[in-house]
Amino acid sequence: MSPVANHASPGIQGHIEIKNLYIQLGSGDQAFEAVQNVSVSIKPGEFVCLLGPSGCGKSTLLGALAGHLQPSDGSIHVDSLPLNGPHPERGLVFQQHTLFPWKTVMDNVAFGLKMKGILRAERHKRAGELLELVGLAGFEQHYPFQLSGGMQQRVEIARVLINHPKVMLMDEPFGALDAQTRMMMQQLLLDVWESIKTTIVFITHDIDEALFLADRILIMSPRPGRIIEQTVLEFVRPRKPELLTSDRFIQLKRHCLELLHTQSADFPLQRLTPLGVIS
Amino acid sequence: MGSITEADSIPAERIDLNRREAGRRLRRVSSIAICVLLWHLASTRHMDLGVITFQNVPSPAEVLAAARELLESQKMLSHLTASMSRVFSGFLGAAVIGIGLGLMIGRSRFAEDTLLPPLEMLRPIPAVAWIPLSILMFPSSELSMIFITFTGALFPILLSTIHGVEAVDARLIASARSLGSGRRAVFTEVILPAAAPSIFTGLSIGMGTAWFCLVTAEMIAGQFGIGYYTWASYTIQNYADIVVGMLLIGLLGMGSSVLVKKLGNRLMPWHASEIRKS
Repeated sequence: MSPVANHASPGIQGHIEIKNLYIQLGSGDQAFEAVQNVSVSIKPGEFVCLLGPSGCGKSTLLGALAGHLQPSDGSIHVDSLPLNGPHPERGLVFQQHTLFPWKTVMDNVAFGLKMKGILRAERHKRAGELLELVGLAGFEQHYPFQLSGGMQQRVEIARVLINHPKVMLMDEPFGALDAQTRMMMQQLLLDVWESIKTTIVFITHDIDEALFLADRILIMSPRPGRIIEQTVLEFVRPRKPELLTSDRFIQLKRHCLELLHTQSADFPLQRLTPLGVIS
Repeated sequence: MGSITEADSIPAERIDLNRREAGRRLRRVSSIAICVLLWHLASTRHMDLGVITFQNVPSPAEVLAAARELLESQKMLSHLTASMSRVFSGFLGAAVIGIGLGLMIGRSRFAEDTLLPPLEMLRPIPAVAWIPLSILMFPSSELSMIFITFTGALFPILLSTIHGVEAVDARLIASARSLGSGRRAVFTEVILPAAAPSIFTGLSIGMGTAWFCLVTAEMIAGQFGIGYYTWASYTIQNYADIVVGMLLIGLLGMGSSVLVKKLGNRLMPWHASEIRKS
């Protein structure tokens, strides 16, 4: 459908292998284990949702995958290579407000290409194609503050996609949007993903969202964060909103609710981010 | 550029907004008018309130006459150019050094530990206190005067720059790194533009304080400059001229601060509109 699709490599790209991963956050007396003994294998092109209550360490795990947090033990390999800091092959999308406010929509999206030293005309051509893909043609010269929250997240997605990432890491990317916009964005993300087929690791605490989007959901327990269950979702694609009210969907949702309920901490946990603890 | 917000706004609301804006402007102008009126009353009636007396204070009319006389005389231009070149040289030096040091201190803990303590110690020293030493340190009185306006402008610029750099959202830096930025690109593409609004606030305040230090600086020497003119008017008991000098400094200081702010808004369209929106 678009030139982007041609770049998606066939088969083997974006294979994530996490082995016995531990991540410690904080220092001194404040130190705690945010992620404990997590081992997961994610197939190339798989859409995985990490589901868990606030502060359970799912964003911490994502931060380690992005290369912003250093594991205290264990290993992460992407396509058999160990991680070494952040890399454009592993695109990261935050919840909100991480577009560069001083750059236009066009220049935000083209940023990754600028970092590769690609000339302006070529960057803008490719950024324009991606903006079209996420439905933002005509907004190239706007600044982020002139866009609604949903539109800003589309720009975020386009900005990451321009690097043809093997892996897209998304930290509750639609968490700050209203319910209707969120549904629209989920649909958009699935459409985009169908055309580029990159591996996606998607963090959420919204059960509906996880069940609607993912090939497989991993459920995490709060502190220390461990994966307590995984479920493969065999709903057919492309997925339609009707899925949300199907029997199987509701049955799974009830199961997840029970799991999360029994696992939730008695006290509210401090929110964690892919960059560590918010102080 | 037709922004979304503009397209959505309803005309009726805009008229209401305009009316409110006009009301505010009227209030501001009347506030100044009332101050002048009070000054007029206090000075023409030679009010004496015990702790403060207006017996020797010139009235607005006298000041206006003195101002007209000064404007018509040839001296005016040389006073103005002398002061402005001092203020702008001092300000420019302060901008270069303040922003440079501020960026270093804001980015590196080592620079913060080695550079900030002595600067913090110098900061509370008022401009007047620098006069004797600056006369001793600089070969010409012109340079000492520039140095004094420099000290006035330096610290607001330095501190705002440090603050701006330290307040950069860590997620923006992380995003840039995840998009392939190295250290240098993070600095030029993220740190600098993110700190720019704060730096411009510092520049605008620094411009004001540079003028603020002008009288102090021009007490040193010379036969030109508005600060010199103000001080000289006192020594020869030309009281109306003192106020003319004071008002000129106030006006020029305010004007050049606004100029800096305008320049900032021009260079940072995203920031200006963000402020207008909130």
